[in-house]
Amino acid sequence: MTALVALSGVSKSFDNGVEAFGPVDLQIGSGEFVSLVGPSGCGKSTMLRVVADLLAPSAGTVGFPDGRPEIAFVFQEPTLMPWARALENARLPLDLNSVPRAEADARAEAALARFGLKGFERAFPRELSGGMKMRVSIARALAARPKLLLMDEPFAALDEFTREALNDDLLSLWHEDELTVLFVTHSVFESSYLSTRVIVMTPRPGKITADIALSQPTARGPHYRLSPEFGDIARRVSSALQQTTGSTA
Amino acid sequence: MNASLRYAVPLLLGIAVLCSWEFAVRHYNVPVFVLPAPSAIWQAFVENFGTLMSALWVTFRIVVIAFVVALASGVALAVLFSQSRIFELALYPYAVALQVTPVISIAPLIMIWFHYENIDLALLLLAWMVAFFPILSNTTLGLHSADRNLIELFKLYGASRWQILWRLQMPTALPFVLGAMKISGGLALIGVIVAEFAAGSGSDTGIGWTITEAGNRLHIATMFAALGLLSFVGISIFFALSGLEYALLRRWHESALKKVQ
Repeated sequence: MTALVALSGVSKSFDNGVEAFGPVDLQIGSGEFVSLVGPSGCGKSTMLRVVADLLAPSAGTVGFPDGRPEIAFVFQEPTLMPWARALENARLPLDLNSVPRAEADARAEAALARFGLKGFERAFPRELSGGMKMRVSIARALAARPKLLLMDEPFAALDEFTREALNDDLLSLWHEDELTVLFVTHSVFESSYLSTRVIVMTPRPGKITADIALSQPTARGPHYRLSPEFGDIARRVSSALQQTTGSTA
Repeated sequence: MNASLRYAVPLLLGIAVLCSWEFAVRHYNVPVFVLPAPSAIWQAFVENFGTLMSALWVTFRIVVIAFVVALASGVALAVLFSQSRIFELALYPYAVALQVTPVISIAPLIMIWFHYENIDLALLLLAWMVAFFPILSNTTLGLHSADRNLIELFKLYGASRWQILWRLQMPTALPFVLGAMKISGGLALIGVIVAEFAAGSGSDTGIGWTITEAGNRLHIATMFAALGLLSFVGISIFFALSGLEYALLRRWHESALKKVQ
């Protein structure tokens, strides 16, 4: 497996002296679903922004051995333009890259339909529920046809039912489109459910303390959330996390 | 509260006040040069209709031009500020100075500069000075208010400065600009009237001068008629701009959500 992203000795500290994370060495292979878990404030989100080149690393390099892939980013908030309809929001990456309108519309419509929003193309964000807004946000990421999808606690603000439905949709998307996903979460269960690999980080400045490889999530059948196997994985991730934070809770 | 009640209540109050006013003036024999009765004001309005209307038109035309120029220049300067920090640092204090200096105190100076010859231009300049700042200030705030995450997203997808300005900052600023327009519309009217007062007989055509002159002649009923016209214009400007605001924001902005009461 070739590495899609390779971080070597990457760290980030801010102008005010706060060290966010690092140094971190991490290779993410094409097709992996990697979750980053860690106590809040451990620099997970900062790391995601460094990978996306939204922030420059203070030290080390972020390399893409096979060239920089198309990258899409999904934030914790849906981050939609309130004045634009669902279709226009989903079309944004294409509009910014001057994709012809007809093609952009078709791709954005397909991305929305893919995420269960057929018939809502002309809706404004405030006419949609929290879960649907997040679906538009993911459809926008999809419309760009990314190879690498970066997600920063995308489902943290959603209720449990919506979150589980979106988890399943995300998994089938990852599988069908052969995406590589780097997923920041503070939920042990979510990371255990979604990932092929869970990276556990220490409190700030965040360093990698455990790197846990899991089975293929798509091979996991229905009712997996209730299975003993899932319980084992969650326990492993949870205990790695507890060791880093020193808590016994 | 239902819609008809919302219009009926203030209307009834207005009628009640007018009736008591009429009654009080007649009952206590208040001289017409102190407080004319509503019927006398109406009579003055009808008698002077032609003069009042042409005076109002002269004033209104300058108000509209001053407002449009203030809107265009305020937005343009705010865009410049948003693109260049140096410009903002250099110019903003002077824009504030222009705003806080009372227009009535600058008016005589402007009149002298324009030699009382090109008086319309002087009125325009003074009205612009008061109407300009709210547009500049609010638009600047609006352009700076774009969602941080959306800015990052735009950058991630390789947006140019122009695309960020046009597709993100401008729409974000729109509600701010519309709010400022409601303030500036009223201020432009005030600015022109104040300037007409300051110009005195130099401007002998506008409604501000009509008020001054009617006052000098103790034609108090005509003064009231002109005042009534002015508030009618002010209210119309406000409602027209509120309508524009509603039309542009009703689909997406929180402020236009139907209130749950």
